[in-house]
Amino acid sequence: MSDSEVSRRQFFVKLGVVLNGLAAVVLATPVVGYLLAPMIRGKSGDYHKWISLGELDEFPEGQTRLAKYKNPISNPWDGETDNIPCWVRRVQGEQFQVFAINCAHLGCPVRWFPQSGLFMCPCHGGVYYQDGGRASGPPERGLFEYKYKVEGGHLMIEAGQLPTLSTTASLREGSKGCQG
Amino acid sequence: MPGLIQKIGDWFEQRLKIAPFVRTTMEHPVPTKSASWFYVFGSAALTVFIIQIFTGIMLALIYVPSAGEAWNSLQYLNHGVMLGWFLRAVHGWGSNFMVAIVLIHMVQVAMFGAYKFPRELTWIIGVFLLLMTLGMAFTGQVMRFDQDAYWGLGIGASICGRVPFIGAWVVHLLLGGPIIAGDTLSRFFAFHVFVIPGLLIAFVSVHLLMVLKLGINEWPMPGRLVRRATYVKEYEELAHKDGMPFVPGAVWKDMIFAAFIIFSVMACAAYFGPFGPSGQPDPTIVQTIPKPDFFFQWLYALLAFLPPAMETPALLIGPVVIIGFLVLMPFFAGEGEKSWKRRPIAVVTILLTAVTLGTLTHLAGYTPWSPIMNAWSGDPVPVQYLNGRTPLERQGSAVFQEKQCRNCHAIGGTGGERGPALDDVAVRKTNAQLVRQVVQGGGNMPAYGKNLNPAEVDALVSFLDTLHPPNQPAARDAARQISSETEHFATGTSTGEKK
Repeated sequence: MSDSEVSRRQFFVKLGVVLNGLAAVVLATPVVGYLLAPMIRGKSGDYHKWISLGELDEFPEGQTRLAKYKNPISNPWDGETDNIPCWVRRVQGEQFQVFAINCAHLGCPVRWFPQSGLFMCPCHGGVYYQDGGRASGPPERGLFEYKYKVEGGHLMIEAGQLPTLSTTASLREGSKGCQG
Repeated sequence: MPGLIQKIGDWFEQRLKIAPFVRTTMEHPVPTKSASWFYVFGSAALTVFIIQIFTGIMLALIYVPSAGEAWNSLQYLNHGVMLGWFLRAVHGWGSNFMVAIVLIHMVQVAMFGAYKFPRELTWIIGVFLLLMTLGMAFTGQVMRFDQDAYWGLGIGASICGRVPFIGAWVVHLLLGGPIIAGDTLSRFFAFHVFVIPGLLIAFVSVHLLMVLKLGINEWPMPGRLVRRATYVKEYEELAHKDGMPFVPGAVWKDMIFAAFIIFSVMACAAYFGPFGPSGQPDPTIVQTIPKPDFFFQWLYALLAFLPPAMETPALLIGPVVIIGFLVLMPFFAGEGEKSWKRRPIAVVTILLTAVTLGTLTHLAGYTPWSPIMNAWSGDPVPVQYLNGRTPLERQGSAVFQEKQCRNCHAIGGTGGERGPALDDVAVRKTNAQLVRQVVQGGGNMPAYGKNLNPAEVDALVSFLDTLHPPNQPAARDAARQISSETEHFATGTSTGEKK
């Protein structure tokens, strides 16, 4: 008698394992999707927008100035963190360079020194020339640049994400400005 | 009355059936020599962890884990809530104590060979406990949502951005979005308050259970070797022949040390107060010098010294090698000698690691690799370098300040240390070499050719040329001197000194 009964119990145990395994997979799918959402959203190119940095005459020719913008990808509870600074260099006319504040080494905020025409980083001593090129210190490359355009008398940049060695200041490919 | 307590106790015991476990735990034999002051660090780490859980819950009663409000709620904790500052201080100092004690515990265990058979798994879990402790320290620094936390996250993201191929994904996962913002703080809060503490409690429980099951490591004796075949039997013999019950034989030292640590944390908290928060987490305040908390400063210093080409490999491969080494240690050194007296390589490795970490931390205290951002406008040129100088040389000293040379080069003992101090630069370089160095840069110095006009270069170099000790002349180009002398000899005219 016992043989068939034991095998039936064993069958139900196995059925229980399979059912729970199935439930785990079905439950895990939305959880994993939820967890990877920031990555997937970034991949779909949702992390950039064109925004205005201000009117052209706020940026005198031949000078480099700190500009601030509200990050286009933000939530009401971001507080002060969505105020993002950047360095705007107006070379001449409508020719600009807009540098990310973040050092290409480890992301600390670089400061502009107009007297010596250098950007200096307070963390590990990265130094850049006025055109963003690497001058000295640990950075491997020049400053990150935003893609810009002039529209209706406004300087527009494409912004949204923190630039690192694998995430650019402007997301779209072919941004000439991203070379150091 | 005692009868009533007995009755209540019995009622619970009948249902819980926990008394035998408590009894064997209390009475488990400890080798007499192991009931030592060297063996108190594990229980001390647990003590501090309990303080952290307790004070952490207290802080969570007030703290608002929102990027927009966290900083304000910390100010409120510091100034608006009665003794809020003290609980923040205990939690902050408790964190430092916890990392320190876990490190000391680890060094003691390594020196006493306690990771060897059969305690390999206890050690491996301990390695993960160290990593989780460091994880708590880092995420805790993020909870103090100030400037240092903001830029610390930026450093973390920049390190993640160095991962090849999937760097961008890792950055977005770390930050919970495209940039450091509300979602970033929320996920670090979840890690700091739920994920890592949960894992810590689970791992600490297993770690502790294994100490009970396997017995505390015996005091290592030179020449008493660990062999897989015989160790367990030998240990049982030792623990029973020359052992005593944990309570009260060994526990009193643990208790006294735990109390000492609790008082020390409270004393530091009361005397030094809470950590920060520093400025608001507003990235547009660029006048800031971000710095990590104490136990990450060695890494901060290391990142300044790694050559650029080595940085990414070191950052990505280094941790794997170190963690791999620690995890595998009991497998390639699981038997044999336990005593530090006969394990010179282990002792030297630990000492070298300690000296390296100590030196890097010390360097991070004054960051000689960083320009001093306000040296050019804050530190005057020493008077003795201006007395009796020509107008051109004095003009040069003004150029020296104005062009921020001082941010990287000290003179008269003040200024940056990124480049060499220039008090005797004229001895080291001739006039022509100085001009070349200033205009073209080199050796990690930017080129200033585009930012100095010829008159400024002339003034600056003539000032630098005066920087030599009184009795040691400035360097001269021997070839030039000879050629000018020969010329003088040949033509009979005076050509004067160089220039």
